[in-house]
Amino acid sequence: MRSNKKKIISILIPSFLLFFYVAFAGVKMANASTPDHAESNHDTTSHHDVSNLAEQNTHVEQTEEKIDAGKLIMEHIADAYDWHIATIGHTHLSIPLPVILKDVKGFHIFLSSKFEHGHATIHGYKLEHGKIVALNSDGSINEHAEFMDFSITKNVASMFIAVAFLLWIMFSVAGHYKRNNNKAPKGLHNAIETLIIFIRDEVAKPSIGHKYEKFMPFLLTLFFFIFINNLFGLVPFFPGGANVTGNIAVTLVLAMFTFIITTINGNKSYWGHIFAPPGVPKALWILLIPIEIIGMFNKPIVLMIRLFANITAGHIILLGFFSLIFIFGAANQYLGLGVSVLSVAFTTFMSFLELLVAFLQAYVFTLLSSLYFGSAIEEHHHNDSH
Amino acid sequence: MELIKPGLGLLFWMTVTFSIVLWLLSKYAWKPILKSIREREDSINNALNAADDARKQMDALKSDNEKLLAEARKERDRLLKEASEMKDSIIAQAKKSADDEARRLIANANDAIEKAKLNAMNELKSQVAVLSVDMAEKILRKKMDDRNQQEAFVNENLKSITLN
Repeated sequence: MRSNKKKIISILIPSFLLFFYVAFAGVKMANASTPDHAESNHDTTSHHDVSNLAEQNTHVEQTEEKIDAGKLIMEHIADAYDWHIATIGHTHLSIPLPVILKDVKGFHIFLSSKFEHGHATIHGYKLEHGKIVALNSDGSINEHAEFMDFSITKNVASMFIAVAFLLWIMFSVAGHYKRNNNKAPKGLHNAIETLIIFIRDEVAKPSIGHKYEKFMPFLLTLFFFIFINNLFGLVPFFPGGANVTGNIAVTLVLAMFTFIITTINGNKSYWGHIFAPPGVPKALWILLIPIEIIGMFNKPIVLMIRLFANITAGHIILLGFFSLIFIFGAANQYLGLGVSVLSVAFTTFMSFLELLVAFLQAYVFTLLSSLYFGSAIEEHHHNDSH
Repeated sequence: MELIKPGLGLLFWMTVTFSIVLWLLSKYAWKPILKSIREREDSINNALNAADDARKQMDALKSDNEKLLAEARKERDRLLKEASEMKDSIIAQAKKSADDEARRLIANANDAIEKAKLNAMNELKSQVAVLSVDMAEKILRKKMDDRNQQEAFVNENLKSITLN
């Protein structure tokens, strides 16, 4: 059964890529009109980017449309109200996502396709440069309108898919444990167990100490959540491609959880170190206490920024290499072709690096969280420690 | 800048999702998984300990066996020694009793020979006496006709008797 599944997957993936290639090439050749911009759908490993280069470049030269790499990259790493999959000719192939707005009149729930890419106004709201804005009755933008935006954006949707995947994996592994109790693990079960034991023995135990078990569920959830979302971010097409862990809101929430758990579990000695630093003359407390308080908040902020910056930087680098193809291609078709070889080589290399980073950042976030938990529950003997 | 401004919607959905995931995974995944891993580790440790104990027992058994074997060997040696001693003593005894018997038989034989010899001597003596008397009688009958001769004869006999 297992080998059959593998076979099917090994056939499915190339055929999927081939389908994309054929769809792209066919439409491009039939349609000589202008593609509005060369959103390359950021495929790092498949071939169609390179192969379609010549045609795309021809279009670019015909229309002399400028490729704005910065805008393209920022559009990609920012959140969006629809899930853009591909642009074929004039047609944007994208999945509309639900928009949920709350204002004084109540909730407005509708699909983002109703905005018609900024052309339509609905319930007094309009899509302006990818952002939802409220309009006055005369049609001008109301800067002071108060509404809350709970839309299922691209990042939220991608996170849901990643979470569903995560739950599916973990429940199947847990089921495996229930069925084959005390037997040797194998396959996926074994891979997950290796990671779980790694988190337990290399992260939780050394940094927290003998009370580590209490924090294990959070640390494991944190690690696998970040890891899975990082990996989904590296998949260039649907259902990946969103920049979930490279979004500051996501890392902010993760860091908040770490901060709250640290604060709840802080013992007498933890608070003592902040508000009554032991072994320090009282005169210096006025200096030290603010520093300690800043340090308390500094820790989760560092966590938040590290993950956000690392993942976003990775996405920017990968997209930058691809944009190079089109920037050079706009100057000269053959130069673009030449650069594409280098670009693909570099992007492949960077993708491997990003795989490492995906694991590393999940590990670092978990490790630092567990170190903070460890410092919160550590029992200090003041005479020894100072 | 847009990039570092957390969106309210994403914050909300992220908090909700992460809380639910944390709860679901803690309850239905991490708890059974960690429990199974710990149980398996315990069972592996127990198995290793049991194997260790078994090995120790085997060693103890082996040394016991060796002790028994050594004792048995010692016992055998002792029995052999005893047996050989017994054999020697039996042989010696047998020899001694045989010697004694032989000596006794020889002594008996000697006694019997002595007795027979004495008897024979006595027989001979009495025979000789009878013969002598007979002879003397015959001689006497023949010689006693003559007086002189008688005297001569008696004197001669007397002489010889005295000498005897």
